Amino acid sequence: MSVPRFWRHISSRYNLIGTRCNTCGEYYFPPRTMCPNCRRDGSIEEYQFKGYGEVVTYTIIHTASEGFDMQTPYPLAIIQLDEDPRMTGQVVCDNDEIAIGMRVKPIFRKLGEDGAAGIIYYGTKFIPA
Amino acid sequence: MARDVAIIGIGCTPFGEFWDRSFRDIFVEAGVAAIEDAGVQGEEIDELFVGNMSAGRFVEQEHISSLIADYAGLASLHTPSTRVEAACASGGLALRMGVLAIASGHADIVVTAGVEKMTDVSAQAATDMLTAAADREWEGFAGATFPGLYAMIARRHIHEYGTTSEQLASVAVKNHHNATMNPKAQYRNELTVEAVLRSTMIADPLHILDCSPLTDGSATVVLAPAETARKYTDTPIYIKASAQASDTISLHDRADITTLDATVSAASRAYAMAGMTPADIDFVEVHDCFTIAEICAIEDLGFFEKGTGGKVTEEGITAIDGDLPVNPSGGLKACGHPVGATGIKQVVEIAQQLRGEAGKRQVTGEVGMAHNVGGSGGTAVVHILTR
Ligand SMILES: [Zn+2]
Repeated sequence: MSVPRFWRHISSRYNLIGTRCNTCGEYYFPPRTMCPNCRRDGSIEEYQFKGYGEVVTYTIIHTASEGFDMQTPYPLAIIQLDEDPRMTGQVVCDNDEIAIGMRVKPIFRKLGEDGAAGIIYYGTKFIPA
Repeated sequence: MARDVAIIGIGCTPFGEFWDRSFRDIFVEAGVAAIEDAGVQGEEIDELFVGNMSAGRFVEQEHISSLIADYAGLASLHTPSTRVEAACASGGLALRMGVLAIASGHADIVVTAGVEKMTDVSAQAATDMLTAAADREWEGFAGATFPGLYAMIARRHIHEYGTTSEQLASVAVKNHHNATMNPKAQYRNELTVEAVLRSTMIADPLHILDCSPLTDGSATVVLAPAETARKYTDTPIYIKASAQASDTISLHDRADITTLDATVSAASRAYAMAGMTPADIDFVEVHDCFTIAEICAIEDLGFFEKGTGGKVTEEGITAIDGDLPVNPSGGLKACGHPVGATGIKQVVEIAQQLRGEAGKRQVTGEVGMAHNVGGSGGTAVVHILTR
């Protein structure tokens, strides 16, 4: 991934800045600029997610994509944030500790690296709350 | 449909890892076989549609619409050729574009093909390329892989419905058994539940033997208006429904993690188009890119109640001699999964079955269904076919 491509979403990746629609009250993370409920009648503004949430489902990744292979095996989960939206993220805990329903909170961590470019990507992971 | 459409020719390469054969070798082989089967001349072909996910990354070749027309010998005729892409549903989508071209009255003879050459890159590079079918920014960059996404569907299915790893494995065992009777299948060996459970873990709870392989292959179907199909063949296969649906690209945004709403929606549109219900379908080729995917598919297509897909598979109801044969070809799991070719190969299998040309894996029935999925469920394509 190029530096600009990562950089342009850095506030979302580092600080969980998403969006919220003032028309219908729905929260969006990852951020959306078009509200699927209201479409052109929506009114989108930035929203700082608190990052607390719950594990909806998870896996332990044993075979990873390029850039993530140094970290295997690692837990990956779909987290339902307390504001409602769901996101995909890694949970930093023992592989046998993760469970559906587990409460989590955000933590700033190294996400992956681009071997060829030597760039290290940081972002949000989760830890047991 | 405005004008009914029939299949008048089919062709398919063997599926496997072909180090000695190129991208263009395999699509020419499938195309020539289908055009010979249909007995059409190059001048008669009005349009080409080809499904392909990622030639740009797998073989560093884009613009394959031109390449295919060229190497099929149609360049001097300047036949219109179009590539369509919806990840692993590219093949099903190409067929649907061909059906629409004829149904609308715009074209008469249409060749629809699917092709993928996946083994010219390393397995790890291929894993990354397939991750492009998910949301790269918010799934891939978080460390998700394709098996990882389906593993999260499986984990939730286990949690909600008590589905077991043995039931997941029984999908692979069944499909490998069917593939022993398919000379074109990539894997023609029997499996046991124990062997699946002992195999390397890829993304818990999915083992490597829960996953479809990386495959090279191509398949082609030739279409004509139903009213003239008998000019070309004694055994036209009629397309009663061609339906497509989309959903969120990310698994995390789905209304329900264990339901592919794109499948539910495409199926309900297909049943309405054909004037049929799930009870009218005699056999089905479903998109079993992972064992859990077949379990979700047979539920979401309306054949079995949500949550019971694992149990009915373990009980043999979806076996080749069961009440509803599922994946008589061996499916993606054992026949192989050249992603862009899969949707066309499924329809080749159904046409062979309906013609009574499926050899040892022949099933009985008048109505077959093909179900092709893109990504983790962002696209689904469903076709219903009859004799
Ligand atoms: Zn809204």
